[in-house]
Amino acid sequence: MAIQLPIFMDYHSTTPVDPRVLEEMLPFFTGTFGNAASRSHVFGWKAEEAVEHGRERVARLIGAQSPKEIVFTSGATESDNLAIKGVAEFYRDKGDHIVTTVIEHKAVLDTCKRLEKQGFRVTYLGVDKDGLVDPDDVKRAITDKTILVSVMLANNEVGTIQPLEAIGVITRERGVLLHTDAVQGVGKTAFDVEKMHVDLASLTAHKMYGPKGVGALYVRRSKPRVRLVAQMDGGGHERGMRSGTLNVTGIVGFGKAAEIMKDEANEECARILGLRERLRAKILATLDEVHLNGSLEHRLPGNLNLSFAFVEGEGLMMAIKDVAVSSGSACTSSSLEPSYVLRAMGLGDELAHSSIRFGLGRFNTEEEVDFVADLMIRKVNKLRDLSPLYEMHKEGIDLQSVQWAAH
Amino acid sequence: MAYSDKVIDHAENPRNVGTLDKEDPNVGTGLVGAPACGDVMRLQIRVSDEGIIEDAKFKTFGCGSAIASSSLATEWLKGKTVAEAEAIKNVQIVEELNLPPVKIHCSVLAEDAIKSAIDDYRKKQEARRAVTTTTPAVSS
Repeated sequence: MAIQLPIFMDYHSTTPVDPRVLEEMLPFFTGTFGNAASRSHVFGWKAEEAVEHGRERVARLIGAQSPKEIVFTSGATESDNLAIKGVAEFYRDKGDHIVTTVIEHKAVLDTCKRLEKQGFRVTYLGVDKDGLVDPDDVKRAITDKTILVSVMLANNEVGTIQPLEAIGVITRERGVLLHTDAVQGVGKTAFDVEKMHVDLASLTAHKMYGPKGVGALYVRRSKPRVRLVAQMDGGGHERGMRSGTLNVTGIVGFGKAAEIMKDEANEECARILGLRERLRAKILATLDEVHLNGSLEHRLPGNLNLSFAFVEGEGLMMAIKDVAVSSGSACTSSSLEPSYVLRAMGLGDELAHSSIRFGLGRFNTEEEVDFVADLMIRKVNKLRDLSPLYEMHKEGIDLQSVQWAAH
Repeated sequence: MAYSDKVIDHAENPRNVGTLDKEDPNVGTGLVGAPACGDVMRLQIRVSDEGIIEDAKFKTFGCGSAIASSSLATEWLKGKTVAEAEAIKNVQIVEELNLPPVKIHCSVLAEDAIKSAIDDYRKKQEARRAVTTTTPAVSS
């Protein structure tokens, strides 16, 4: 089969809607278009039924005890905000301290920063060189004023899977709530809110082959019953936790996407892991000075984050413009700072600038992997021929010893 | 962010990639930027005895705009006098390549690389003049 260009290998950023998901959504745009909050007619009843079906499917995917524990939102950013701000506000009398990590998504970090301005205290835990949080650090950080610990299930840049189960044992023992941004990990690594003692979990549909604009917050209802203050005032939807007309089509799609994930995750993860390892092996077999960022063992099957030394990430992405990937290089962000995740792992800025994140997913094929591997090898070699740093390296000059005119 | 056609052209087909002998007294070498900042440019010129830049080469570690800026700079340098080369301003590179504001630093770096190469060339020439003027005095 001929390769279709461009190739999408950026599944951490988003995913296409699975055709099976789209098919289930379509009737709800036109025929069954009711408002799920309309109690007085069949249009509303049908919409509500569809929403509840979606809720059950999402609940089942994460092992929730009751569908009532699922609160639909507009996406994971809203879920993170609702979880952290909502808990902080509700439990303020109990304590003012939150524990999180430096490698969280900005939706968690910036929410925590806002709370700091409001007088809360936040501890940002570091990670080791593999990008993993140490549960003992969580244990040490908890004080009698701690109300919430927020640790992501899996990291969006380096794909590291955090020891959530061990952290859950600690938070449960200390009577502290545990929130996790589970966006990247659900369906790609084992995740069960009961087994891991998770009290709040942020989810989004578009990272699991559902539509954009719909997400959920899991809010535990028993042992312990989690309370939070709604962050949006209105009609009191979603048991008062999230007002706003429900996105029925989105929820239908989210539900179907969750069901597919639950049914096919094992097989899919094995296949994607095979592709990832094929890509890694091909690249590493041919190119020198390529570094793997993040733990290989505790890693999402579809994630490959490599630093191609002496080549700059954005320049490399431009050279492989038929392949959609992303980079931790500063040049791809408006801030001109390289990835804070790679930095937190102790990676030098020069290697952070050289990093490329491949995100493999459901619709990638072996042919695509082979094409990308060959392209990467060709383009990295070309850019190294163009790189003064590679030339200096080959001449045996220690780049660390050079006095650079930083700008 | 979309790149201009000219940036893409230079990045895909960079002109004058290579290395001149940095020990040659007629060659000036400029190495600017830092790996930790994500861009390093090395720009070299070879100046004829008549003061004309007869060759220019570069190697750049950086994004497409940085590669394009230095590639363009080498094109412009060839055939110019040192004084003319010195007058090249980064805004000319910005205009020619249609660089967006976030990439202006790439053009600044290219201008710095030109100046640094010229500096290096002049220092070498001065050193050589010093040697040639002192040599007769020693022998007499």
